[in-house]
Amino acid sequence: MPKNKSDSENIRIRIREIISNQKRKTVTVLSSLIAIQDSLHFLPEEAIEETAVHCKVTINDVWSVASFYTNFRFTPPGNNTLDVCWGPTCHISGSQKLIGQAHDQLEINGEGETKDGKVTLRYSTCLGACAQSPVFAVNHKMHGKMTKNKVDQLINKLTK
Amino acid sequence: MTEKYLQLKDQAKAHIDKLYQNKLVIKVQTGTSGQALGADEILKSLLSKTNDKTTILEVGSMGFMYLEPIIVVHQNDNKFYYGNMTESIANDIFDHYQNSENFYEENCFAYESNETISTKIPKLHDLPQFSKQLRIATRNFGEITPGDLFQYIAKDGYSALNKALFEMNPEDVLEEVKNSGLRGRGGAAFPTGLKWSFLAPSTDPIKYVLCNSEEGDPGAFNDKGILETDPHTLIEGLILNGYATKSTHSYVFIRQGHDIPINAVERAIKEAYTNGILGKNILGSDFNFEMEVSLTGDSYVAGEETALMEAIEGKRSTPRFKPPFPAASGLWKKPTNINNVKTISYVPEIIKQGSEWFKGTGTEKSTGTAIVCLTGHLKRPGMYEIPMGMTINEVLTDLGGGGSNSSDIKMLQTGGPLGGVLGKDAFDTKIDFDEMSQTGAILGSGGIIVCDESVSVVDLIRNLVAFNQFESCGKCFPCRLGNTHMLDVLERLCNSKSKPDDLKLLQRIGNSMKIGSLCGHGQLGFNPISSALKYFEQEIMTAVYNNSKPLEKMYTPTRTRPGELE
Repeated sequence: MPKNKSDSENIRIRIREIISNQKRKTVTVLSSLIAIQDSLHFLPEEAIEETAVHCKVTINDVWSVASFYTNFRFTPPGNNTLDVCWGPTCHISGSQKLIGQAHDQLEINGEGETKDGKVTLRYSTCLGACAQSPVFAVNHKMHGKMTKNKVDQLINKLTK
Repeated sequence: MTEKYLQLKDQAKAHIDKLYQNKLVIKVQTGTSGQALGADEILKSLLSKTNDKTTILEVGSMGFMYLEPIIVVHQNDNKFYYGNMTESIANDIFDHYQNSENFYEENCFAYESNETISTKIPKLHDLPQFSKQLRIATRNFGEITPGDLFQYIAKDGYSALNKALFEMNPEDVLEEVKNSGLRGRGGAAFPTGLKWSFLAPSTDPIKYVLCNSEEGDPGAFNDKGILETDPHTLIEGLILNGYATKSTHSYVFIRQGHDIPINAVERAIKEAYTNGILGKNILGSDFNFEMEVSLTGDSYVAGEETALMEAIEGKRSTPRFKPPFPAASGLWKKPTNINNVKTISYVPEIIKQGSEWFKGTGTEKSTGTAIVCLTGHLKRPGMYEIPMGMTINEVLTDLGGGGSNSSDIKMLQTGGPLGGVLGKDAFDTKIDFDEMSQTGAILGSGGIIVCDESVSVVDLIRNLVAFNQFESCGKCFPCRLGNTHMLDVLERLCNSKSKPDDLKLLQRIGNSMKIGSLCGHGQLGFNPISSALKYFEQEIMTAVYNNSKPLEKMYTPTRTRPGELE
């Protein structure tokens, strides 16, 4: 759906604010994109253009960075994000079965949003709490030692 | 001691006196791993109950992750360690000690005291998983609030920096690190002092030292562990690194999204600036040094040293061609040094206690300790610092407590996804950089994933290769296509559709990747398979020739690829 002009202008103003208010001193294309996604949860097209203007590089340069790192996304995510870990420790601890269960309960196949837009499912290569594998995370909050029941409860809470 | 440092010491003493003014102090260990089991909720709940008789203190993990969430009660110079906490048990313990000086035994796994308080519960020093450790870089784990400057100074923090700045020349500091035999803990095991000596002579007015905390290796969390538990050790080491190499700026490089370690290290840097430990005229000397956190997006290859510089400059994290080497032309074309978090975290103790002391631990060519992360099928997963030279068997038994199920430990996966797979034949190997690499695997960053008999070796290497395939940055085609091709072949093996020449094919792809790739990601990409073949040839052959029963489908991220490869 095409945005109307004033919506696009408003978002540009917001993005310019985010870019110029970064708390770390070194400002780069990557740091700007991370800051924008932290606030908006995705990168709208305007983010690419505004970052290019601010960092004095081409739009292609910014796209090259934005498309490279796997954390960046270009459409709004669901209300909640569920990260599931498929790294080796979680893998040998049975994460694959739980990931399958999450797919079934969320009625999606692979990464992405549920039909009602409530949940985004993402695969993570490592969430950093391997001693408590298998690990899931909801909106960055880790949940360790996952079991069939715990996954069930977690997802029921998210889809309610 | 200098005036400025003495003043900080006084402030630290006052701070500690205030924290411990109550007879009862309860510490809650809230690292990433503890929070995964609700340690943060327990902290919140106890804080809401706190009163003028009790101090609740947030501290980092002591490494005993199998017992988390853990709380520690300090009463009358005794310490009681409680594991497997829930909010309600923690509240019961809190209530008990409000009115009683008697020992609360339930859920207690160890205690520290001059007297014998219990015959049932062991003292902490009698637990092998504690007594077999030698904690140098992790000496403050579980003790202090992450990022709290004065708690760190009260533990003699920044005394090495004070000593270096006022009693030693930069050359002396460099010589001490060289003489200690310290080698890089990030994977390559390059002698640290030698690396620093490449940077030191340059007279460029701007020189960088970078700390690599990217740590994308699944199964390893010791870098983030140091950042989120004792970030000041890292900061002190990094300043010493800067002083020894006469550098001016530094970056701590870490992946976005890991909020707990990022917040801890940012708090630590801020407090160091506020108190004259970073910035201009550090501790009143004429040494100036700046430090900042730099975040990267999700990319495993960003941990490669030149790719890391590209990421700090805000570009795609793909490796650069070498030469020029970083010491000549690195970040923004300035002379640069890069070290892993763990490497840098040893430096304060080396300066404080001397290189001869450090050399007294470990083996001749791998001095000091290794920080290992044990995960998977064993009784005591966690993070332990052990002297180099301990055998794998000792680590698995004394620290890890042996296999978690009745079935034996079948194999280990060490050194990250580019490391290797080890079978039982290798368990007598000493943990040491050179001995480990002779087994076909590497010590790498210290992650050891333990697998019992239920794990199929083909399934494990499929997972590792899928990781490497997903994380290939795509700059060189032998790595980009090679990993994809290997994964296709492994998928065939897992689905009973293997072709007779598949092993030879894997070998050929692996060889091309080794000679044709720019960085370790491609060069080492065949490691998981070659090491697995060394120990589990029979099992893999069976999968190839007997088409054993199909393994379950593996969910991995979707990726673009040029269709099925033959």
